[in-house]
Amino acid sequence: MEIKPLEQFEIHRIIPLEIGGVDISYTNSALLMTIVVLAVTALVVLSTRGASLVPGRVQSVAEMLYEFVVDMVDTNAGHGARPYVPFVFTLFMFILFANLFGLIPWSFTVTSHIIVTFALAIVVFIGVTIIGIVKHGAHFLRLFVPEGVPAALLVLLVPIEMLSYFIRPFTLAIRLFANMLAGHTMLAIFGGFAAAVGLFAILPVGINIALFALEILVAVLQAYVFAILTCLYLNDALHLH
Amino acid sequence: MDLASAKMIGAGLACIALVGAGVGIGNVFSSLIASVARNPASQSQVQPFAFLGFALAEATGLFGLAIAFLILFVF
Repeated sequence: MEIKPLEQFEIHRIIPLEIGGVDISYTNSALLMTIVVLAVTALVVLSTRGASLVPGRVQSVAEMLYEFVVDMVDTNAGHGARPYVPFVFTLFMFILFANLFGLIPWSFTVTSHIIVTFALAIVVFIGVTIIGIVKHGAHFLRLFVPEGVPAALLVLLVPIEMLSYFIRPFTLAIRLFANMLAGHTMLAIFGGFAAAVGLFAILPVGINIALFALEILVAVLQAYVFAILTCLYLNDALHLH
Repeated sequence: MDLASAKMIGAGLACIALVGAGVGIGNVFSSLIASVARNPASQSQVQPFAFLGFALAEATGLFGLAIAFLILFVF
């Protein structure tokens, strides 16, 4: 039997649609994104509609997630970052749910496609840059000049700082994408081993169970990392160095 | 050398990237254990950073692993 571990990432059209030569079909990726958005909305909106002072089970989950993000923004983005809590919360919830829904067998992992993660990362990058320019004007360029460094070294350090700034959307996107791609491919490969070795399948299945636990950890952790790095970039833009 | 064997060797070479991830993750958690052993009260403050470091270190190795998978199964 041939193992095809990348089959799970294939996009196929559910409702074919084409307007003006542009293919805007409703795909399985779009379907999963719709489900993710609906699930997040349902969790957050419905649980707090009849909000009570003593929260029920679902309401306390929503409150815990929200407080977690508010706490993260407060500690990492510092003073004056409160207006950006809704953005970071949306980002965190979308990535978290997309990662976790992707782990359900026969579903689709939206974040395993670099175009999705790159779109999220470039939104963060452009948004943070605009915030920095609006807030500090030309002073924003001081972000690239480390303080207390002799002038001779600046020739070397400024290009490095600029490179590390402009590489941010790429590292942010590739980190999430590579984690999801590698994790799901690994699960599929060990699943293929299990199908191939017959009676000894207990070994690869055991490894797969352990890997699955790791993947759940990674799914949560990568959403956390994406959100916390957004906070740190926001901190740079709001307070420079 | 034909293409199939070159692909296998290339994928194997790409997996060397995971050495760095292993060293990195080990380093993160050894530092966590050392610091918590010295000051157990600091665990709640240090642990989030450890997991952030774990995720960042693991990601660098997975770049290599993703390349290996792409070589093996896509091209």
